[in-house]
Amino acid sequence: MTVLHWATLSPFLIAILIPFLYKYVRKVHTGWFVLLLPFTLFIYFLSFLSSTREGNVISEHLAWVPSLGINFNLYIDGLSLLFALLITGIGTLVVLYSIFYLSDIKEKLNNFYVYLLMFMGAMLGVVLSDNLIVIYVFWEVTSIASSLLISYWYGREKSIYGAQKSMYITVFGGLSMLGGFSLLYVIAGTFSIRELIANADIVMASSLFLPAMILVLLGAFTKSAQFPFHIWLPDAMEAPTPVSAYLHSATMVKAGIYLVARLTGVFGGSPEWFWIITIAGLTTLAWGSISAVRQKDLKGILAFSTISQLGLIMSLLGVGSAAFYFQDGNNALYTTAILAAVFHLINHATFKGSLFMAVGIIDHETGTRDIRNLGGLMTIMPITATVSLVGLASMAGLPPFNGFLSKELFFTGMLNATEYGIFNLETMGYIIPIVAWIASVFTFLYCMIMFFRTFTGKFDGSKLKVDHVHEAPIGMLISPVILGILVILFGLFPNVLAYSLIEPAMAGILPGILNPGEFFNVHITHWHGFIPELFMTIGVIVLGVILYLSMSKWQKTAFYLGERDIFNYAYDYGYDGLIKGSQWITRIQMTGRLRDYFIYMCGFMILLIGYTMYKFNLPSFNTMELSPIEPFIWIVAIVFIGSVIAVPFINNRLGLIILTGVTGYIVALFFVVFRAPDLALTQLLVETVTVILFMLAFYHLPKLKKEKTSKGIHAIKLIISISFGVMITLVSLSAFSMGSTAGMPSISEYFTEFSKELAGGYNIVNVILVDFRGLDTMLEILVVGVAVLSIISLIKLRFKGSEDV
Amino acid sequence: MMNTILTIALVIMAITLALLFIRVIIGPSIPDRILALDAIGVTLVGFIGIIMIKQDTIVYSDVVLLLSILAFVGTFALSKFLERGAVIEPGD
Repeated sequence: MTVLHWATLSPFLIAILIPFLYKYVRKVHTGWFVLLLPFTLFIYFLSFLSSTREGNVISEHLAWVPSLGINFNLYIDGLSLLFALLITGIGTLVVLYSIFYLSDIKEKLNNFYVYLLMFMGAMLGVVLSDNLIVIYVFWEVTSIASSLLISYWYGREKSIYGAQKSMYITVFGGLSMLGGFSLLYVIAGTFSIRELIANADIVMASSLFLPAMILVLLGAFTKSAQFPFHIWLPDAMEAPTPVSAYLHSATMVKAGIYLVARLTGVFGGSPEWFWIITIAGLTTLAWGSISAVRQKDLKGILAFSTISQLGLIMSLLGVGSAAFYFQDGNNALYTTAILAAVFHLINHATFKGSLFMAVGIIDHETGTRDIRNLGGLMTIMPITATVSLVGLASMAGLPPFNGFLSKELFFTGMLNATEYGIFNLETMGYIIPIVAWIASVFTFLYCMIMFFRTFTGKFDGSKLKVDHVHEAPIGMLISPVILGILVILFGLFPNVLAYSLIEPAMAGILPGILNPGEFFNVHITHWHGFIPELFMTIGVIVLGVILYLSMSKWQKTAFYLGERDIFNYAYDYGYDGLIKGSQWITRIQMTGRLRDYFIYMCGFMILLIGYTMYKFNLPSFNTMELSPIEPFIWIVAIVFIGSVIAVPFINNRLGLIILTGVTGYIVALFFVVFRAPDLALTQLLVETVTVILFMLAFYHLPKLKKEKTSKGIHAIKLIISISFGVMITLVSLSAFSMGSTAGMPSISEYFTEFSKELAGGYNIVNVILVDFRGLDTMLEILVVGVAVLSIISLIKLRFKGSEDV
Repeated sequence: MMNTILTIALVIMAITLALLFIRVIIGPSIPDRILALDAIGVTLVGFIGIIMIKQDTIVYSDVVLLLSILAFVGTFALSKFLERGAVIEPGD
């Protein structure tokens, strides 16, 4: 355990203390204690900046299950550090915000902070681990913690629904990801990401390459809310706003992005990876931005906007992965997309965090988040309005904010893709920038809607639940204002980030492309000259404004009114259908009738054994070793068979008992004929006792009834009975003939030889029972004893209702 | 010679068994069946006796004795049930 290991696990350790602090230190808001941790971690992680900037990596080893190749190895390079800083930095601000957002009297803060710390620790584990299995473990903890946080107000039905939905979808993805990781292990023989990257050519050449990639991507796409797995994110907005800001905009949904970025070194350079990620990202981008326009709830807009921005980053990672194909790190044509992805990742975390917090303030102060009820808050909440304006302008891609820069880079990256000349981009490539551009228009549109509908227009207090609307307390404003300032700072001085964070992160995403000592050429400027990107941005603004101004025309259309995503219906119907379908199957098979279960069991056995016999060319008959049959045996055998066949046709219970008695006696006769005196004795006794027992219980038995069933069922029963009998006969005959041809001597020679010598008895059967195989006899006595005790307790103890033995 | 006679005897007894079995099946009344069962028991006694001679052994003498007792007990139980409706009557 090194300091880094302790740092990664520290949120879990602190989480253990939270309930005690909450219970015994009531005077102080628990959040203040929590605040120290992410802040300390943030400072701690900042200390790594200088070393990753030099291109160094920090790697710490800790054995966990070394025999299976699972080690808790931590690995810090530019990419991990970027995420660690995001997690701890935004974590600090979110905890600070939550201190003022959540009341320490009304809310169960101990739950909240335990879940939040759990999440933070898991997230740090995901981004810092080098081992795929360890990543998977932390990955699932983030899913669980996220569901717990979404259902924080567990009394609300919608919270539970949202938590369930996110759990199902992300855990589904997590499990497929585990499958993908296992396949990678099968291919390369290691769980370590660095070793996988070193063996990327083996992975590429493997036939399991595509399944492994798709399974891993399922995990990444579900977590990062990519189309069509994005449906859980809008429902996760039932969580408290700090949670939405932290998990569902800045950190957890970026875990999938992280995974894709991290594994680009393994899968990148292949056309499948390029196309799957690019198409998924672009679809998500377009679908999210168009859906966001339809939302009336502020958090709903932000949720779809998050989906759309995640799609943007994802598509950039897809386009950027082509750099592996060219193996050229210095040509900006191939690496701009990765640069844009990393830069936008940071930008998105800053402006989306501040926007969520601003929405939380509006919700907190007005009691509603519905844009149809809001309006004219500009003068009432000036600071919130300013923060929102900055965040939204950045999201829309306006200068001088950081969103503008990343959007320009995004357009550049997408336009570059058309010039690659690989993976069929010559023919299909033009679609990529067009989709990106259309999505940007809608992004601009919903940003405008969100700002103007909330802050401009007429203020109408009668629609709000709160009497007196005013600006939020200063504590609540600190975090969004800090993030807003960061948005402006990164916008004005983007190169502060460029060499310290972005360049090392790019080196982490594209490992092995640069020669040692080389660095990516990262220089972000506001002004590029009159290039296509600039005209695309101008086009976005013009078209967005036109669409916004003509909003009254399309406001009444079904497109705008139907705010629910159609995939939700698919999910809901699928979920209901799954339950109904399984209930239907259960109803069919679990009838509660013994008869049906016998049909299943016997039918299955017939099929299984029949197939086995068919497969091994059975049955076989061998008449070599058969004994001659005495004439009278024929007659007795016919009687015996007759008595068995007669059983189903007798309607009188007493007659049935007598008939079974006859059968039992004839069996005893067979034992005599086949020279088994002890068996004959026992058989006679047991048969008689059974008959008497039947007579004892006779009074309590119900009348024999003819079952009223359809002819079909009768036919099935007949077929199954006959085929079962035939099958057993064939099996016995085959077993006999195979046994006689196998040539193995019987063990009974030993018993006949040594019965007298070793055990001192002439009756071999009895010697076997009590001497050679005495243990079986002892246990059978036990069985009889247990049966006796059970009968006594059944008769004597008569419990009622819920009583039990 | 001896063996042939024994075989014939066995066949005859088997035919007896078959005829008794028909009585068990067709009845018509329950006492008919009970009697047939009793007679089957007795026939089996004879059967086993002949088989003992045929196999030249005495190990089945226990079986013969037991069979005679059990045939009696079985018949008794069935008859008592028919008459009283229960095999073991509850004490006073």
